[in-house]
Amino acid sequence: MSEVKMVVNGRTITGNVEDRTLLVHFLRENLGMTGTHVGCDTSQCGACVVHLDGKAVKSCSILAVQASGSEVVTIEGLADGSDLHPVQAAFREHHGLQCGFCTPGMIMAATDMINRHPEGLDEKTVRAELEGNICRCTGYHNIVKAILAASEVMSKGAAKAA
Amino acid sequence: MGLEGIGARVVRKEDKRFITGAGRYVDDMVVPGMKHAAFVRSPHAHADIESIDVSAARAMPGVIGVLTGREIKADGIGNLICGWMIHSKDGTPMKMGAWSPMATDRVRFVGEAVAVVVAETKADARDAAEAVVVNYRERPAITDAVAALQDGAPQLHPEADNNLIYDWDIGDASAVEKAMASAAHVTTMHLVNNRLVPNAMEPRAALGHYDKAEDHYTCWTTSQNPHVARVVMSAFYNVAPENKLRVIAPDVGGGFGSKIFIYPEEIVCLWASKKTGVPVKWVADRTESFLTDAHGRDHVTEVKLAFDANNRMTAMKVETVANLGGYMSLFSSSVPTYLYATLLSGQYAIPAIHCNVKAVYTNTAPVDAYRGAGRPEATYVVERVVETAARELGVSPAELRRQNFITTFPHQTPVIMAYDAGDYAASLDAAMKAADHAGFPARKAEAASRGKLRGLGMSCYIEACGIAPSQAVGSLGAGVGLWESAEVRVNMAGTIEVLTGSHSHGQGHETTFAQLVSHRLGVPIDQVSIVHGDTDKVQMGMGTYGSRSGAVGMSAIVKALDKVEAKARKIAAHLLEADEADIVIENGELKVAGTDKALPWFQMALAAYAAHNLPAGMEPGLKEGAFYDPTNFTFPAGCYICEVEVDPETGTTEIVQFVAADDFGNIINPMIVEGQVHGGIAQGVGQALLEGCHYDPATGQLITASYMDYTMPRAGDLPSFVVSTTNTPCPGNPLGIKGCGEAGAIGSPPAVINAITDAIGNNDLTMPATPQKVWAAIRAATKH
Ligand code: FES
Ligand code: FES
Repeated sequence: MSEVKMVVNGRTITGNVEDRTLLVHFLRENLGMTGTHVGCDTSQCGACVVHLDGKAVKSCSILAVQASGSEVVTIEGLADGSDLHPVQAAFREHHGLQCGFCTPGMIMAATDMINRHPEGLDEKTVRAELEGNICRCTGYHNIVKAILAASEVMSKGAAKAA
Repeated sequence: MGLEGIGARVVRKEDKRFITGAGRYVDDMVVPGMKHAAFVRSPHAHADIESIDVSAARAMPGVIGVLTGREIKADGIGNLICGWMIHSKDGTPMKMGAWSPMATDRVRFVGEAVAVVVAETKADARDAAEAVVVNYRERPAITDAVAALQDGAPQLHPEADNNLIYDWDIGDASAVEKAMASAAHVTTMHLVNNRLVPNAMEPRAALGHYDKAEDHYTCWTTSQNPHVARVVMSAFYNVAPENKLRVIAPDVGGGFGSKIFIYPEEIVCLWASKKTGVPVKWVADRTESFLTDAHGRDHVTEVKLAFDANNRMTAMKVETVANLGGYMSLFSSSVPTYLYATLLSGQYAIPAIHCNVKAVYTNTAPVDAYRGAGRPEATYVVERVVETAARELGVSPAELRRQNFITTFPHQTPVIMAYDAGDYAASLDAAMKAADHAGFPARKAEAASRGKLRGLGMSCYIEACGIAPSQAVGSLGAGVGLWESAEVRVNMAGTIEVLTGSHSHGQGHETTFAQLVSHRLGVPIDQVSIVHGDTDKVQMGMGTYGSRSGAVGMSAIVKALDKVEAKARKIAAHLLEADEADIVIENGELKVAGTDKALPWFQMALAAYAAHNLPAGMEPGLKEGAFYDPTNFTFPAGCYICEVEVDPETGTTEIVQFVAADDFGNIINPMIVEGQVHGGIAQGVGQALLEGCHYDPATGQLITASYMDYTMPRAGDLPSFVVSTTNTPCPGNPLGIKGCGEAGAIGSPPAVINAITDAIGNNDLTMPATPQKVWAAIRAATKH
């Protein structure tokens, strides 16, 4: 067993975990934060994507102990209170989800993608960068639309802030 | 229609929880004292179990219990069954082999459950499962259905000689023979419909809880049809009587058919909970999903299509071998028969059709309904052979289709179905226009200048949805009726709950069903809640599959709303001192037509419950239920056009354009319908280009048991789709809707393969058309 300490969605958390505990299981089982999902066992599907120190990672491919000392943001911590994050809002507006199972990972991955491309995104880039996220329901059409729309909104927001 | 009524592009009510991580799936459920299950699964495709030693596992840390097939049998839990009786053409019933929830003496596919461990944590359970020692005596395995029928093939079930489950046929064989003999042209093809794994992103899961005090069971499970799960587990598997079993399917993360069936794991979790005295949760990992979810498709077919001298279709003859895997899953028998052969007429007037289907056991996972279920297989046969015939006859594939379209309705096909309405030329025209069909030769030439092979393929599909008239399916062998139920509860302050037996697993029922209510009563959708997925809340239901929730589920809501409105009108007429016939319901008010007298909806509701002043003899309250049994199937149809560019150097196919023109009848929410089409097309393109489930023929090991090996369509594999709809309202149900959930997966595979074979000039290509296969086909074509 090891002690882990991390900041999750702004709250400092400590816990004791088996060494083999994955970050995703720590979040889901120890913290009861079930918004982060598990869709595979080979790090392919991306249902488990969270932000670790500001970067998108698959929380199934990192141990909880490795994340100790880091700052983690999950889907539960993305909105600003009751104000949806622009990516969340765009997924709803553009019907970028059906069953919702891939959605938390999609939204976390998309947010990171948009952050990494302040110059803006095009369809080809979005599709290429979604390589690590599988959705079985939407055919990606509306996910791509949502991400492009969110990217526009966020770059406008950034321009205004500057 | 109002801003939120029928036809409005309303954003989904359920999205709020999904985009904030507040969705609730089975794996998110926690019950006090809950423990975890891990299954011991067969590593062999075919073997006898000689002994099982659980003693080491029992001694492992955290272990609460280790249970085996013999124990579940001893407790009287029944075998899994197939609920649709098919008779062979000689009149004998299908040969159903015994399938115990956990194997007792023999295993028939890799991954079959043999024992279960219940332990403190998931990790403890898995560790202990590895310590269960099972001695197997291996038998030779067979994975290919055609080979399994041959003399000398390994035999799976004593009931089924030569592994043959049934040898079924439909249609008039002699009429077909006659027409073939006098045909001016006959196109013959050998077609393989590749085996697929449904791959809902949420793996299957079950949480069983036995409450000793109440002697009552609760099962949370990933189900498209919790009521069906309850009745099957009660009546056939003997888990508990219906009144002692509650089944809850909370948010369900996709299903595509694979979550219709009742699997061993939910039965075992319930039983194990009683055995061990703790609530037991099991969640599949992805490899378990690959190994044990019911697979889809897996047909091998010979087809002949005959034409007269004017290129009119005169007859079709089809022979199909369908692989049903190691055991017969719940609806498996119906898929390659009544859901397949009855659609072989496609959109065409074909005077004579005969189809023979042999269903076969093999040492593979059970095969059952997967998005489209039988109809994609039929469409692939029809649309590949029609396209091929056009090439052989040297005529335009579009025009050959058009010339043979059914144009008058109702139309009785030679294979049971009576099409009620449609306009196939309209969807063909719409698709050709959207695809700029006329401009294709120029695009092909331009692609050639870049060294690319460009091809165009189309597919004009028809399907049967809205399953199904109970009496009709009963006469064809179904064990249940396929109606739907609904209850509309108007609360005292006027808000509304709709209880429905349909169960969304991504389709957005919480929105579309509320739109219907809003349309009828003029109340905002925020004041309407949809209640589903819980047998304690909703009295009965048949669930969501076969694109039935709109056509059947919503029709039941319509019937219940009719009754609610009738009573509401009576109350309003009484209070407003008007004639009942003059009351109109709109914008949340009950008005007296032609006057300014009106009663707000909520006041009427209050009056219904206050009961101070109701019409003489009227019962207080406002709550009505209805069952709706459809009178016919519905027949969505459409035209898909796919354009590809193939790189002859690498065999890589790029879909450069995909156009869909669908006739779904009336539409409740176009945004949601488009989403269904997108997702369906992606699965169809996946089948055509990427997905293939492979067993090693020698050992029966599943080679494609993870996302490293089974190619799921990724965003980069697909284009954006150009979708549109035409509309001939369905005359058979009150809303005129047909169903849209499966069309994309049904119509798209032949369009893709027709496009690639057009591009490369070689018609000999199987799905998935991987770069390797396409490259080889190009080489083979240039050699001749
Ligand atoms: S769970 Fe699939 S990538 Fe993490
Ligand atoms: S919305 Fe269901 S998997 Fe993406």
